[in-house]
Amino acid sequence: MRILGISAFYHDSAAALVEDGRILAAAQEERFSRRKHDPGFPLHAIEYCLREAGIRLRSVDHTVFYEKPLPKFERLIETYLAFAPRGFESFRLSMPVWIKQKLFQRSLLMKQLRASDPAWNESLLFTEHHQSHAASAFFPSPFEKAAVLTMDGVGEWPTTSFAVGEGNRLEIKREIHFPHSLGLLYSAFTYYTGFKVNSGEYKLMGLAPYGEPVYAQTIRDHLIEVAPDGSFRLNLEYFNYCVGLTMTNERFDRLFGGPPRQPEQLLMQRHMDLAASIQTVLEEVVLRMTRSLAAETGLENLCLAGGVALNCVANGKILRDGKFKHLWIQPASGDAGGAVGAALAVHHQHLNEPRTVPRSGDAMRGAYLGPQFSDEEIAAELASLGANFDRLPPSQFLEAVVDDLADGNAVGWFQGRMEFGPRALGARSILGDARSPTLQRTLNLKVKFRESFRPFAPAVMRESVSDWFDLDAESPYMLLVANVREDRCIPMTEEAQKLFGIEKLNVPRSDIPAVTHVDYSARIQTVSADTNARFHALLKAFERRTGCPVLVNTSFNVRGEPIVCTPTDAYRCLMGTDIETLAIGNFIVRKEDQPGELKKQYHTGFALD
Amino acid sequence: MFRDLFRFLIGRKKYWLLPVVFLLLVVGGLLVLAQGSVLAPFIYTLF
Repeated sequence: MRILGISAFYHDSAAALVEDGRILAAAQEERFSRRKHDPGFPLHAIEYCLREAGIRLRSVDHTVFYEKPLPKFERLIETYLAFAPRGFESFRLSMPVWIKQKLFQRSLLMKQLRASDPAWNESLLFTEHHQSHAASAFFPSPFEKAAVLTMDGVGEWPTTSFAVGEGNRLEIKREIHFPHSLGLLYSAFTYYTGFKVNSGEYKLMGLAPYGEPVYAQTIRDHLIEVAPDGSFRLNLEYFNYCVGLTMTNERFDRLFGGPPRQPEQLLMQRHMDLAASIQTVLEEVVLRMTRSLAAETGLENLCLAGGVALNCVANGKILRDGKFKHLWIQPASGDAGGAVGAALAVHHQHLNEPRTVPRSGDAMRGAYLGPQFSDEEIAAELASLGANFDRLPPSQFLEAVVDDLADGNAVGWFQGRMEFGPRALGARSILGDARSPTLQRTLNLKVKFRESFRPFAPAVMRESVSDWFDLDAESPYMLLVANVREDRCIPMTEEAQKLFGIEKLNVPRSDIPAVTHVDYSARIQTVSADTNARFHALLKAFERRTGCPVLVNTSFNVRGEPIVCTPTDAYRCLMGTDIETLAIGNFIVRKEDQPGELKKQYHTGFALD
Repeated sequence: MFRDLFRFLIGRKKYWLLPVVFLLLVVGGLLVLAQGSVLAPFIYTLF
């Protein structure tokens, strides 16, 4: 039984192929089209999934789309009616989109899939948006039974849902509906602090530790009413998203003392305080919800999905709260993961096929579900680009990479199958020495060309995580935040404490300053030999050389660019940035050995995110 | 498509929405005729 899941037409289009309940392949369209958050029909991603399985579309039993367009249209119409005539401007802009395109999603999907293979069996199903999220959270999890919490901006009507999963069953128990949404509340602050809605939320989270939650009480008093069980209502008088083209309105501006920050404008302490405040409130609400769920269900396992589940600071707090013993978060928690969830929902819920819980790890298999390239393919692509490269035996290869890392160089690491989801997890990563006091700044400004306040994440061997961090649990998907262990930290002097927000980042705060945020926290990835043997071996080799099993792991791209997918993408990124070395397959490509004419201005080719 | 929409609203017992949807689709149709491109606004929480 083969099921193709599709997520598209909103943001982060993706496809996933499930065979007899096993996820064979999954990928986001942006990686192929090279357009960040590509919302288009994921033709390339579908073609890749079918190629990976060695089949054509005609061999797929069911195709499923991750949400239902008609309930979404119903929400749209009812919202405009409820707020009429105030929403006319928004109505004027949205109706043509719906009447020309979105109402015809079924026909559009049918047409595209028929064009892809005229012999396609035309079995097209639709799941609900939050059902897809919940299925993506529970079915691949390592649990036989679990509570499932999904939180995002909005799907059809629900913005938050709570379900219980057992075996191959998943029952949604309660929902909170639009316009009351934790995701939209966080996005409102993302917009207000000058970042892009639907993509800049993680920047707001990264900014929070520089600020103080001085506006948290204002948010509690005016914007959100939270019940003891964590259910909530927003005060819509302060938001504009139901009627206008912005997230917030003038009343919101007056409440927080000024207009929204414009993109790329200087970040002030006020913006950092706003980030800290909304982060604090979000954590309070999420913790109330999870505590209430734990008490109500008596279950010890919790699964999370939906965009809010990418807030790894809140996730870390849920784990430390201890109300649930085990926590599993879908690595592609945003809409891309809906493709996986929709396919699994059809397999288990619609077709009632049994589910087998993996004996070790989970069914996402490290999220390494994308394309890979053999040494022969890599050599052919690099040669066609005019690159100079060396092939090394595996043992020498790792030592050569360790040499580079220990010298303080940034290394592009391109190995095995590409990751599915927003994080680079050691397949398409830029790596660096976490002990370096200057690496964070260098990587931000010269390699990634992004805002200097943004922290980097550590990758650490699973067996060593508790030696370096206040965590002794799996975090294979970089979705948990914990502090660097106190005995590894360097206390900030009184003088350093007085520094303005971002300047604090330049003060060494631990033995691994490149991955230590100003509040001593770190967004941790634990690496095990079972899911990524080569990356684990590299960490081990680095530890042998330096005594430190921790590396900086950041995505292999520049700001505004999708993570690299092919050897060609990786080589172009190498030649356009200050990455010194590319470690790809068993090849080492050094910048200094490359023809000068291949170096080019690179990052300006991508729109800022 | 419009048959699907009709069935959906009947299925949800939202009879009162039928004339409203009809009217809005007419107004929306006029808007489509009045403008050339269909660019989604930058914030698309509703869309």
